[in-house]
Amino acid sequence: MSAEQRSDYDVAVVGGGLVGSATAWGLARLGQKVAILDEGDVAVRPSRGNFALVWVQGKGLGMPEYGAWTRRSSDSWGELASLLRDQTGIDVCFERPGGFMPALSEAELEDRANQLKRLHNQQAMLRYDYEIMDRAAVAKEMPFIGPDVAGASYCPLDGHCNSLKLFRAFHTGLNRFGAAYLPNRRVESIEHRDGGFRLTTVGGGEVRAGRIVLAAGHDSARLAPMVGLSAPVRPERGHVIVTEKTAPFLKFPVGYIRQTDEGGVMIGDSFEDAGFDTTVRPGVTSTIAERAVRVFPLLGKLNVVRTWAALRVLSPDGFPIYEQSVTMPGAFVATCHSGVTLAANHALALAPHIAAGKLPEEFDVFSARRFDVPKAA
Amino acid sequence: MFRRLHDAAGERVPFTVDGRAAEALAGDTVAAALLANGITVCRNTPVSGAPRSPYCMMGVCFDCLVTIDDVGNRQGCQVRVAPGMRIETQDGKREIDR
Ligand SMILES: Cc1cc2nc3c(=O)[nH]c(=O)nc-3n(C[C@H](O)[C@H](O)[C@H](O)COP(=O)(O)OP(=O)(O)OC[C@H]3O[C@@H](n4cnc5c(N)ncnc54)[C@H](O)[C@@H]3O)c2cc1C
Ligand code: FES
Repeated sequence: MSAEQRSDYDVAVVGGGLVGSATAWGLARLGQKVAILDEGDVAVRPSRGNFALVWVQGKGLGMPEYGAWTRRSSDSWGELASLLRDQTGIDVCFERPGGFMPALSEAELEDRANQLKRLHNQQAMLRYDYEIMDRAAVAKEMPFIGPDVAGASYCPLDGHCNSLKLFRAFHTGLNRFGAAYLPNRRVESIEHRDGGFRLTTVGGGEVRAGRIVLAAGHDSARLAPMVGLSAPVRPERGHVIVTEKTAPFLKFPVGYIRQTDEGGVMIGDSFEDAGFDTTVRPGVTSTIAERAVRVFPLLGKLNVVRTWAALRVLSPDGFPIYEQSVTMPGAFVATCHSGVTLAANHALALAPHIAAGKLPEEFDVFSARRFDVPKAA
Repeated sequence: MFRRLHDAAGERVPFTVDGRAAEALAGDTVAAALLANGITVCRNTPVSGAPRSPYCMMGVCFDCLVTIDDVGNRQGCQVRVAPGMRIETQDGKREIDR
């Protein structure tokens, strides 16, 4: 009997956040027998606290392949949204009107222009359209900008969605595909045996699978070494504010300000090194609120209904890690800090390779081996 | 649906609802004044459009939202009626500049 036959599942995905759900959905769609092992309702889970941008502009400085990977996901996001709608009836409200990143001074605008130039001057960079707009050009699209707005960068590839509906659509879809979602099954340890994997979950239960995908967010750092991989991720806290629902006035996602499909305005986001603390800090929320009101003064009239803080899953250089274990080739790890943006890739591009059992060479650049370079003395 | 107590007294306060003249008694909240004037539906919800009436009358449920003097989404049960106040019932989402 082969290991696969002795296993309960073809693939066990550890972690039911956005990365795990998208990958598992892609696998199940190809007919794989999939289990998703997840924690309970209360877990550190940025998949429920993110800003829902499907964002391209500015990404890939230092790793042009990441720029291309991101662009590819943006280009197939529409297909993902319609596949999910056809399968589940859930509209994840994806739109790609292009996105603005506002600059609040001439100096900031110039920095942005230089940064985007450096990004696109990289060898191997897959170039895409963007524009640096002055104040007048931005005001033509959004006449209600504040006096401090000096201009903005604009990229037609940027968009956004309703990421909670995305999460729900993946889970509904997984269920329809017959995948097993197993909550309250935190994986404690993983053993490689007889060509397959045994995952021991909290409380002592066991799940066997021919292949595994580690998509446990922050906990992948602990799990990866058990299967000959590494995922040295750390938390970075981000605050988000959301206002009461308002009649539509803002068509574009504007970097850290966007209006959701249901009318609330989301205002983000901070970048803080605060360990695993998700407490909301009033000082941080007032700083990001003030910046947003400088961009769009009329936001000042809206009531805030919620604020929260969530933890990004960041690798040392901020780029994703996708890797297949050399010593235990049935084990894969996937982690990134833009799980919404990259959802289309995880479902439609990464999952087929995992189903086939092999990550092709183009993924080598995303290996965590890039962090093994000895530090200069 | 609602009637005032027999011994309810106080000065009459004129205000408008959706442009029509109405009267409250001094001390009424906006939500109470609307109910006393027979207006039970003060808004429709922004997502499903379901009709809503003031419910808790104590600032908790947010079902009493109305536009008061051009400011949207105010809790009617937390604001006293003032002479000449312009109250508007809301259909769905508020406007950002109102
Ligand atoms: C403030 C903020 C704003 C953001 N904005 C955006 C944005 O606009 N666009 C974008 O693309 N991305 C954004 N992100 C990032 C995005 O949310 C993350 O990339 C994504 O949620 C990461 O998903 P994940 O599945 O890797 O991790 P998680 O959401 O952490 O999911 C991991 C899952 O694994 C489970 N788990 C952990 N350990 C175990 C274990 N041992 N056994 C079983 N299960 C386990 C957890 O319970 C959890 O369900 C934002 C993040 C933050 C914090
Ligand atoms: S009636 Fe409940 S908040 Fe006003």
